[in-house]
Amino acid sequence: MDTPEQSKKLADDRGYAFTILSDAERRVIREYDLLHTSGGPGGADIARPAEFLLDADGVIRWVNLTESYRIRPKPEDILAVIDRLQLGSPLPPPN
Amino acid sequence: MKRSWNWHIYAGFGVVVFAFVSYFLFFSQFPLTRDVPWLNLLLFALGLGLLGIGSRRGWSQREHYRGRIAGPTLTALSALVLGFFLFYSFSFSAQLPESRGAPKVGEAAPDFTLPDQQGKPVKLSELRGQPVLLVFYRGYW
Repeated sequence: MDTPEQSKKLADDRGYAFTILSDAERRVIREYDLLHTSGGPGGADIARPAEFLLDADGVIRWVNLTESYRIRPKPEDILAVIDRLQLGSPLPPPN
Repeated sequence: MKRSWNWHIYAGFGVVVFAFVSYFLFFSQFPLTRDVPWLNLLLFALGLGLLGIGSRRGWSQREHYRGRIAGPTLTALSALVLGFFLFYSFSFSAQLPESRGAPKVGEAAPDFTLPDQQGKPVKLSELRGQPVLLVFYRGYW
């Protein structure tokens, strides 16, 4: 929801290496049905927290729609899902 | 005779205020103390306990202790603060839209193009060939 400039500042301040995308018009948030109307500062529309894990073909393999926005998955939780679904880079076939 | 200062009342209220403020300023940063705010609830219990002791003394031993008014007043105020905290922790933060239309497991993730933090457009379907984690964050308290 932040502008690219705001996201860049956040990433630089915290040393984040991942990509942060900017959905200032909430277009993708709406497409994914994640809009939380008036949930933000001054009644702004924001997103409800959600995570989607996609495989290498762009198919959704895991969805997490939090029941409470205070409770979010930890990195270990997501890594465990990646391992369980074996979404990591495929090993070369044995000779 | 000179009556003693009823420190339990003020210490108790101080602990209650700390219990409330410290969650948002500090303990909410760690999943261990954020997901279920057990630590802050313990602090609330401690604060209210101290207030209880102080209030009781202010009344039953009013020849020895002050705080007959302050005790019940600050206790009531603390109960209000605790009420806000419980409402936020267990009710308000769970008031989220249902999102029944969100893409489900097995579906292709809807494609989109959005600018990254350098302003460069990123198209989801061009990221294929590796797993992708899409995180939609709340962006507010």
